Amino acid sequence: MAAVIDVRRLGKRYGNRWALTDCSLSIPAGRMAGLVGPNGAGKTTLLNLITGMLAPSAGTISVAGEAPAAGAAQLARVGFVVQDAPVHAGMSVADHLCIRAHLNPAWDMGMAKDRIGRLGLDPKQKAGRLSGGQRAQLALTMALAKRPPLLVLDEPAAALDPLARRQFMADLAQAAAERRLSVLLSSHLIEDLERACDYLIVLAGGRVQVAGEVPELLAAHRPAGLEEMVLGYLARSAARSREEVAR
Amino acid sequence: MIWLAWRQFRVQALAALAALIVLAVVLAMTGPGLAHLYASSGLGYCPQPGDCGTATATFLTAVRSDGTYPALYFLGGAVMYLLPATIGAFWGAPLVAGELEAGTFRLAWTQSVTRTRWIAVKLAVAGAAAMIAAGLASLMITWWAIPIDRAGGFPAGVTQLGLLSPPVFAARGIAPLGYAALAFVLGVAIGVIIKRTLPAMAITLALFAAVLFVMPAFIRPALVSPVRATSPVTVNLADDQMSSNGQIIIPVTNLPGAWIISNQTITPSGKLFELPAVPACQTGTQQQCDAWFATQHLRRKITYQPASRFWTLQVLETGILLAVAAALAGACTWRIRRYRP
Repeated sequence: MAAVIDVRRLGKRYGNRWALTDCSLSIPAGRMAGLVGPNGAGKTTLLNLITGMLAPSAGTISVAGEAPAAGAAQLARVGFVVQDAPVHAGMSVADHLCIRAHLNPAWDMGMAKDRIGRLGLDPKQKAGRLSGGQRAQLALTMALAKRPPLLVLDEPAAALDPLARRQFMADLAQAAAERRLSVLLSSHLIEDLERACDYLIVLAGGRVQVAGEVPELLAAHRPAGLEEMVLGYLARSAARSREEVAR
Repeated sequence: MIWLAWRQFRVQALAALAALIVLAVVLAMTGPGLAHLYASSGLGYCPQPGDCGTATATFLTAVRSDGTYPALYFLGGAVMYLLPATIGAFWGAPLVAGELEAGTFRLAWTQSVTRTRWIAVKLAVAGAAAMIAAGLASLMITWWAIPIDRAGGFPAGVTQLGLLSPPVFAARGIAPLGYAALAFVLGVAIGVIIKRTLPAMAITLALFAAVLFVMPAFIRPALVSPVRATSPVTVNLADDQMSSNGQIIIPVTNLPGAWIISNQTITPSGKLFELPAVPACQTGTQQQCDAWFATQHLRRKITYQPASRFWTLQVLETGILLAVAAALAGACTWRIRRYRP
């Protein structure tokens, strides 16, 4: 199957510091891909590059067949739930849906309203007064109703309590399965991704440590579970960077 | 995208509309009275402005002694300066800075709309509203002040605040459109650079104040080469101003509505005149001193813009302001396209 995200030797530099170095990835379409790594590993930078919020310092990216944010048509093919799910504080939930309806040609208002109703959000409520979990749900609803083939989510569940996280992830997995979406989702909690993801990318120290289908990764690392396997990669990455510092 | 730009802007737009309506009501209630005063003073029938000395004086005295007209005249002028400043600080500065501050630009930039279109539509919608608001305000105030402006302007000492005098010029005609457009885009640009709303508002106000100072001081006098004229004068100490270093400025009264940019009194050899220590002026009466002046053959050297150049200068100044605003808008668009959060 063709890759929905194809990243070649990608690098991103902030001043003198490389936040990402030599990242190559090829994520097949239709996967629920998890991007995991410790805080500061470069997860947000990678997702911002993939969605065109940032421009790379080195390498190339192709997302849904084009360079990220290459034009309105490419933007329409990617739904992005950004970290902390910002909202227009003074506008109502209904206003948020209405704005998106005007900005996205493929917008599905019926689905958006239906989801808002099921989640128990009041359309007249000012978005600034929503809880973190409600904001995350609103952001997911807006990304889904845009009807993109690819959904990118940056720590979408970070603001949620453990029970709400589990519901959010289940909800996301169900929506992705129903709509045959490709999903790329970052988290620093492996357990978030363990249940839902069938593809895993481990990022540490600005480098891709491993990437692949979850069953294959597990088979190669038997008898370790997913969590042990990821922690093993992170420990080896940390040891390497300590050696580099020592040198 | 136009809908979003309007949705985010409608509160400010409605506030401006309400303010314009209040202004319109106040001016509509008092304007006809002022026009009637002008007509009843006989000024409406003068074949030439010069013939109407008495009628002009009657009219201007009546205006000045009225309870509301002077206040409204200066309030109207102030509105034409405060409006662009307010537009720059409250429409321009938060337009992008507010989104950068709240993170909502991430919402906008991940929809099916390119950044270029996003910033272009936001600039166009609010920028057009800024120019429409300033245009309507200028139309109303220019209309209201027609009688006073036609009579040569509000009296200020021995001269008058004619249409070309620096404070009046920018508050009439089409110049306010240019100032509103520039103030707005200046606010947007500062917001894009500073990325924080409140400091951007303050800096916008400071920079716009600088623009209001620089334009009449340096740009406007040079838009069209000023006319230079040198003529013999009679010194009359009752009217003329003498500075502490002995230089004399003899007011120009024969060029109604002209903007006198410089005015020097020179000696027959062309040097700047400075009063020497002569007994007639040190110990004598004013008449004796004036008589001594009459023997000196002093001349007055002035540079000025004649009243007939009002619209030429208006078009040129507005053109410059709009060109700078367009360049700044282009720079904002370029910056937004390359902005890396």
